[in-house]
Amino acid sequence: MKSKIIVPSGILFGLFLGWYAFPFALYKNNEQPMQFSHQCAECHAAPLGESESEKLLVETYITPNKEIPWLVYSRQPDNAFFSHAPHVTLGEMKCENCHGGHGTSEALRTYQENRISGYSRDIWGASISGISSNTWEGMKMDRCVRCHGDNGRRDGCVACHK
Amino acid sequence: METTTENKSLKKYKYGMVIDLDKCNGCGVCSIACAVENNVPPAQAKANKRNGISLLNMHTVSNNEQFPKNESAFIPIFCQQCEQETPCMTVCPQNAVDIDPTTGIVGQVPQRCLGCRYCMTACPYHARYFNWWDPEWTEGMKQQLNPDVAPRMRGVVEKCNFCHGRLHAAKQKAAANGSREIDTADYIPACVESCPNKAITFGDLNDEPTEAAQLSKNKDTFRFLSRLGTEPKVYYHSEKKWVHEMAEKSLTRSLQEEIHG
Repeated sequence: MKSKIIVPSGILFGLFLGWYAFPFALYKNNEQPMQFSHQCAECHAAPLGESESEKLLVETYITPNKEIPWLVYSRQPDNAFFSHAPHVTLGEMKCENCHGGHGTSEALRTYQENRISGYSRDIWGASISGISSNTWEGMKMDRCVRCHGDNGRRDGCVACHK
Repeated sequence: METTTENKSLKKYKYGMVIDLDKCNGCGVCSIACAVENNVPPAQAKANKRNGISLLNMHTVSNNEQFPKNESAFIPIFCQQCEQETPCMTVCPQNAVDIDPTTGIVGQVPQRCLGCRYCMTACPYHARYFNWWDPEWTEGMKQQLNPDVAPRMRGVVEKCNFCHGRLHAAKQKAAANGSREIDTADYIPACVESCPNKAITFGDLNDEPTEAAQLSKNKDTFRFLSRLGTEPKVYYHSEKKWVHEMAEKSLTRSLQEEIHG
């Protein structure tokens, strides 16, 4: 009778470790150097001097002429080649197809860095199981290959690798 | 589904090269241009001809005659881009080598390579190189690295990919202009561009009017070890008979030349 209780609790404990504890341990949360709203960018380009981020932008980066060290969610390994031109101009893909609702976002998300690989969580996708319901979740090679295949592109490795 | 049909009817390229050995004076600029373009690190102090990396290797051969009949020729050897039964691709256990069906380029993905070096054994042209050391550049040289080509790590094999970084750039430019076909002037490998004697002609061999396609069918054009039937896409051109004969000679002779050359 005792063992019947131990077995399910062990499984539950394992599931908890795998689904909740492991992702917390795997990813490190890094904040972007400054906040930015994509919606504001559409209306004005000149700073209005209202928010903390704008002050930070002018004082820390623009005045000393320093590049903003953005944490790029989509950063891929060195040997991956990607160009927007063929996908947007020739493939007529919509921005939301890969970027989701980024264009209407008010603030920047936390950048979750994989402690082992050093890449963003966006590469694997938000779901730890690797199964995603949206087209903009995950940026692994199999997704590139699948879409190329579905659209009749049978390219060699070096078409996307450099 | 319209896109699918459109993509399937894409033009098929067959990139190839014709090297005029009568024009080549063995200056080696192509070899340097190749190393710079493809981020080949400076050779280690311990490196020699067998374990160093020279994706484009310059060989010297002579007709072994006494003066004044003595003649020599310089032969740049690099991946010959075999079309049929591609030996390296056939043996690779990792699928790290493949032929791009749209360009005919034999591509090597070093990041997929496990370093077994089976492909090096299989390659009849000895055109593949193994990275015995981690690549090292000095601080100043790091600034000059080509961002279009990923550096390779220790323990993998590399070879000439027909400067695929330049093909990416040409494709990107064409796509930005709304075209699926590149401007031929935008895609020229580094060795071809650098040759001061204009000895190398590069182009689409399927495209009949191009100079490369015409030259590849010239009666004085030949391919090395053509008897193997691998149908290389790199052709050589010479009007000298002894050079033609040498192209079919076996490995023993080339090794001798390596030692004495």
